[in-house]
Amino acid sequence: MTSAAARVVPIHHAAAPAPEFVRIRNVDKIYKTRGRALKAVDDVSLDFREGEFVSIVGPSGCGKSTLMMMVAGLIPVSAGEIAIKGETVRKPYIDVGVIFQRDALLEWRTVLNNVLLQIDVRGLPRSRYEAAARTLLQRVGLGGFENAYPWELSGGMRQRVALCRGLIHDPKLLLMDEPFGALDALTREQMNLDLQRIWLENRKTMLFITHSIWEAIFLADRVAVMSPRPGRIATIIDVDLPRPRRLSVRESKQFGSYAAMIREQLQAFGLLNED
Amino acid sequence: MSADPQTSRPDRLPWTARAATYLYPALVALVLVAVWEAVTRAGLVSPLILPSLSSILQTAVAKFPLLMQMSTITASEFVLGFALSVAVGLPLGAMIVYSRPLETAFYPILVAFQIVPKAAVAPIFIVWLGTGLSSKVLIAFAIAFFPVVIDTVVGLRSAQPETIQLLRSMGGSPFQVFWYVRFPNALPAIFGGLKVASTLAVVGAIVGEFVSAEKGLGYLVLVANGELDTRLVFACVLTLTLLGIIFYFIIEIIEKVVVHWHVSARQVETLGGGS
Repeated sequence: MTSAAARVVPIHHAAAPAPEFVRIRNVDKIYKTRGRALKAVDDVSLDFREGEFVSIVGPSGCGKSTLMMMVAGLIPVSAGEIAIKGETVRKPYIDVGVIFQRDALLEWRTVLNNVLLQIDVRGLPRSRYEAAARTLLQRVGLGGFENAYPWELSGGMRQRVALCRGLIHDPKLLLMDEPFGALDALTREQMNLDLQRIWLENRKTMLFITHSIWEAIFLADRVAVMSPRPGRIATIIDVDLPRPRRLSVRESKQFGSYAAMIREQLQAFGLLNED
Repeated sequence: MSADPQTSRPDRLPWTARAATYLYPALVALVLVAVWEAVTRAGLVSPLILPSLSSILQTAVAKFPLLMQMSTITASEFVLGFALSVAVGLPLGAMIVYSRPLETAFYPILVAFQIVPKAAVAPIFIVWLGTGLSSKVLIAFAIAFFPVVIDTVVGLRSAQPETIQLLRSMGGSPFQVFWYVRFPNALPAIFGGLKVASTLAVVGAIVGEFVSAEKGLGYLVLVANGELDTRLVFACVLTLTLLGIIFYFIIEIIEKVVVHWHVSARQVETLGGGS
């Protein structure tokens, strides 16, 4: 594993004109279970600028979710430092919207109340956000479902509710952990298009974790490729494709070359064995 | 995904299917009753051993005021015992979930207490509290409270880690995590425990009356048995069964109202389907 990681192309730093919004410096995460130490994240450094869309792509179990949880301040780093807007993250950073692969909707709340959970927990006045919640739901095609319960919705619809819940309080930062991983291919493409549209409307800083090469390139300004455990950033690819991107961008030569770069990187780790 | 909210709402089962849920058990009961009546009327069994159902019902009607008076006493014993088991079981379950030292300290004792045969300690409770209401309430409580504690613990522990992290990303306090996630999420399991407890509380009240009492349906069973009044014994058992069923269904109705969102309360699958 280490020998494969050592052969990796060195990280090339994108010129950062504005001060970085999120700064990850030499972060390690070591889990201790039953007396054994397991290194999940190894010496990761990564910056994102404000309003930037960064995807992290990597194999299952490479520590990308762990990295996201550390950025959110939900779990502590073992070494190194994560700072948001220059301040070290030591407790949950709450100017954030988090979206998990499991939509984490509360089954006993209606669609509207699931979106407003964000408002309730933060102790914000419901009256000020209810209209916004309805508008958000309308915008993702869930108008008329405000009073439905989660079990009445399909997987794609549920994840849209989770998306609205992550956006309702207008956070500066969105963290998404394989949000569309459990959806079928067609729904997933639609969600990618919708997410791009929403992102273009408000340009939030976005950390998007996926194991789909295609999804990572389609959505992101930059794609960071992580190695298998212990996860390190192997390479960062700047995606220079005009927005809004259409699904057909996949068939372009440029898209193909980005995908090839990521695939080759993953193959260098011994993944995607074709023989 | 359906655009029209109406079409994706679940329909009720057709009336024929709903009627069948009552009709089939009623038919089985009717056949059993017919066999019972036929066998006893034909004189195949001595009425001292098994009186006919019609004669039991006649006795029940004739002794209706007495049965009602005794029912009131027994019902107040098991309802109070049940209420006490909820009042103690829920907080105890929550304490076990939230405090590792308390779990370590209480759990083995709790299990040991559950294994003690309650019928064997019932005489001690009578010595402590006398032959009145309070000793029966305590026995009903002692028999009923274990499933409440266990199911509360299981329920409170079954919350998804993502959902808890989500609340933390909203700045949620441990109490908010309990109030918005853990407790509602535990309700289906808690109601499972309450339903078991409701039937056990009835058993507890009768055990208490068997050991020593001057009134109640259990007491009446002993008296009637002593007088070889088998019909009255059966009438008491019938009354007791009815009381237990009514009590059980009251709890089930409350459950249907409170956890209407849970999978167990649904009649049909979502028509939204697929993704």
